Amino acid sequence: MSKHILRFHVNDRAVEVAVEPWHTLANVLRNDLNLTGTKIGCDMGTCGCCTVHVDGKARLSCLTLALECQGAKIATIEGLNEYEIHPLQRAFAECGGSQCGYCTPGFIMQSCAMLKENPDPTRDEIKAGLSGNLCRCTGFMKIYEAVERAATEMREKPVSAPVKA
Amino acid sequence: MPIVQGSGSTRNEHQKNKGVWSDSGSPGVVANSIIGKPAPLKDSLKKVTGEAVYADDMKFPGMLFCRILRATVPHARVKRLDITKAQAMPGVRAVVTGRESGVRFGVLPVSQDELSMAQEKVIYTGEPLAAVAADSEDIAQAAIWAIEVEYEALTEFLRPQDSLKDVEPAQQIHDKVEKKHPKTNIHKAVDQEFGDVEGAFKQAASTPNASFKFDGISHGFTEPHAVIAHWDAEDRIQLYTPQQVPHYTHRALAKVLDLPMHQIQVIRTTVGGGFGGKSDPFQHEMIACMLARNTRRPVKVTMDREETLLTGRGRHPTESKVAMAFDKDGKLLALDSDVLIDGGAYGSFGVVSAYYNGVLSNGPYLLPAFRYHGKRVYSNRIPSGAMRGHGSVNPRYCTETLVDMAAVELGIDPCELRLRNFLPPNSITPHHKFRVTSTGIREGLMEAMKRSEWSKKWGKLPYGHGIGVGCAWYISGSALPIHWNKLPQSTVHIKIDMDGGVTCHSLAADIGQGSDTMIAQIVAEVIGCKLDRVHVKSTTTDTAPIDLGSYSSRVTFMAGNAAREAAEVVRKDLAAAASKLTGQPAQYFDFAGEEIVCRSKPSVRVGFMEALHEAQADRGALIASGSYQSPPLGGDFKGSNAGLSPSYSFSAFICELKVDPDTGFVQPIKVWAAHDCGKALNPLSVEGQIEGSVHMGLGQALTEQMRYRNGQMLNANFLDYKIPTPFDTPEIEAIIVESHDPEGPFGAKECGEGALAPVIPAVGNAIFDAVGVRMFEVPMTPDRVLRAIEAKARKEREA
Repeated sequence: MSKHILRFHVNDRAVEVAVEPWHTLANVLRNDLNLTGTKIGCDMGTCGCCTVHVDGKARLSCLTLALECQGAKIATIEGLNEYEIHPLQRAFAECGGSQCGYCTPGFIMQSCAMLKENPDPTRDEIKAGLSGNLCRCTGFMKIYEAVERAATEMREKPVSAPVKA
Repeated sequence: MPIVQGSGSTRNEHQKNKGVWSDSGSPGVVANSIIGKPAPLKDSLKKVTGEAVYADDMKFPGMLFCRILRATVPHARVKRLDITKAQAMPGVRAVVTGRESGVRFGVLPVSQDELSMAQEKVIYTGEPLAAVAADSEDIAQAAIWAIEVEYEALTEFLRPQDSLKDVEPAQQIHDKVEKKHPKTNIHKAVDQEFGDVEGAFKQAASTPNASFKFDGISHGFTEPHAVIAHWDAEDRIQLYTPQQVPHYTHRALAKVLDLPMHQIQVIRTTVGGGFGGKSDPFQHEMIACMLARNTRRPVKVTMDREETLLTGRGRHPTESKVAMAFDKDGKLLALDSDVLIDGGAYGSFGVVSAYYNGVLSNGPYLLPAFRYHGKRVYSNRIPSGAMRGHGSVNPRYCTETLVDMAAVELGIDPCELRLRNFLPPNSITPHHKFRVTSTGIREGLMEAMKRSEWSKKWGKLPYGHGIGVGCAWYISGSALPIHWNKLPQSTVHIKIDMDGGVTCHSLAADIGQGSDTMIAQIVAEVIGCKLDRVHVKSTTTDTAPIDLGSYSSRVTFMAGNAAREAAEVVRKDLAAAASKLTGQPAQYFDFAGEEIVCRSKPSVRVGFMEALHEAQADRGALIASGSYQSPPLGGDFKGSNAGLSPSYSFSAFICELKVDPDTGFVQPIKVWAAHDCGKALNPLSVEGQIEGSVHMGLGQALTEQMRYRNGQMLNANFLDYKIPTPFDTPEIEAIIVESHDPEGPFGAKECGEGALAPVIPAVGNAIFDAVGVRMFEVPMTPDRVLRAIEAKARKEREA
């Protein structure tokens, strides 16, 4: 078995990396590209900690083989705040939406994708949108508040392409 | 008079209550500019940007990767363990087995029963047997698969009842067991009786009793276990580990590695959730150090989710028989309980669990007579240990259910019956001598009743729709440390140099609960500086003074008091400097807003930096130390130390829910959660702790259970081990009650653990209100609820 060359864009930069065919996108982001903001909580798609964007859609990077992403545009938590902190990030911090922080990047990436599709979600729509993500610390209340606050802020002042990917 | 404030999302409530001070407020501190204000956690920006570094995020030059071989049977002699093929594989740098060390360790000095890796026999499915360090994780895993093991089965103890029996020494799981029962697998037996229990039951008007069963549950923290060990060129070992209790790991490493403690540095990485599950010294910590010693290279262990669940230390599976006695007015007379606790393979915190399951029933109600027989047994299952609300959660469900049954029998509203029995403030419990300094439970329950419209709902909602109540108390830190010595339980150092940065050193572990922020707030409040001037360094044993760590809900109370004492030393230095600069007496200065202001002449003021530089003249950096040690407490009988705390938190929760009588499915609608935390130093964090506790408690109440077949955990993943998702979690209204504890820092008590226990009985009692059945098995899964509904219908048909 030999490594394959994966060419894709990560956080708006062209990247070329040799990967094993069985390595997941989460492995490659964390181990090869040192983008450790993406977390692995279960490695089987049950916790949502590893959520990233692939071509603008939220994806579980632990269930995505790296080589599936040939030519794709990937955004990770590190890509959200390249120039200034994203309203979702600020809201999660200030509303208490992050305690131990391990699930936070996944929640923020999932929320970000959700708000792109639905900029003005109801509480129930937020619950539905985040139902694949587990947080063991907050009981979710402060996460909902953070998403609602960020959504309002983003509707009033749209974020200028946080990541072009 | 306790003050009730706040709820989930009404920030303004906090503002309204500013200016409320406890008796224990610093003399002269009137600013109240930081304490009591919602403060985002100091490390939250690092966490939301992905910058926070967890153990598995770290890389070192030349780092090797470790995988661990685990037992596939629950109890067996290891006939053959052949590592030769693994050793010969290219890229494998070291293989270690139980032969590496026969030194036993454990978190409690009385239960040193864990080996780094199994030797002659394995005692649970999942126990480490061998470990490999290799150039990559893939190679390490391949080498693990190449290790050959042959087992010879031993008698398996998979039900706690089996562990009570007398057996041959060869069948005992551990050599050392409870002295009173030397031929069994009983780890610890506790028998206590106080007051006239028999008499109380004879004269009682209501004596509800029942048998209860609780499945084991797991902490379910999101960050799987991961550590890195590095044996450096100076022969010091550096262990990077997400520990709640770095100090106990430090001690255990010294014992197992046979090194002086100063040759070991434990570095706490960002902790991705703990809840008690990262508070034991762990086998994988020892294994990483041994592999690092053998290879002289950094070695990383990262577990997968299944291994993390197998490592265990969750809440004990428990079976209890409990009876309570009440007079006709609903006054509690006695409690009689018999509890069997499945400890699994190791001792862990189990001696404490064996006591807590009994003695923590001495509140929140005045209990005149008490009898408790508790047995914690070893079994060939995943080790149980300390989990949020340690030892108090399951017995709390029993007592709160029985209190509810008595209320119904006596025709008294369940809230009213509770109000008649609460321990008063400034009291001491009759037998165990638990000292209650402050309590706001009465105000909390009344507020929860008001907000939930209890009196309009209880007993009046339509079939399938119910409301229930549960109350609890919990320790604000154990008054006695695990290791008996004269050292303080918490120490905090402060250093301020000419740059004006206030550096606080502490070993209290920030595990996401916000303890670093708490320390910073206290110090900033006392010396009147801005919060962002204060930096808390709490990760490294080389620089941090010892703190016993984040367990038993002790950090705010103990480390908070230590921080305050240290800050007051600095404050005196700054006041002396201000006095020198202005000619005003030092005791007449107030500190706030980065200024030191003369109280009698407010126009006379000195800036923080000016005072600092004056104070530094001829001595350099200001250095201060503060510490906390619990006062002497308690009775003088055997086991009198268990449950002692300098202060107790109190909580009163109400839950409204719906039960589908056709499926048994329970849907919580809302939880009103009133928790008396003394003083909410940071209301944002307090709400977060209450809401998180409610969420975790609902998991145990309704969906979470560790399921076994033949000793193998069947659901060691997050698909089958069901933590409530956003869909399953109802609205939670956190109600902060402030009783201003006289000994807590600025009046504060715990809020991280005590708020979990009352959720579960509130759910159970609401199910009774909804469909008229009592649930004696937890979690209350749909099949169990349905079975209870069907049994009730059958009984009614037959009657």
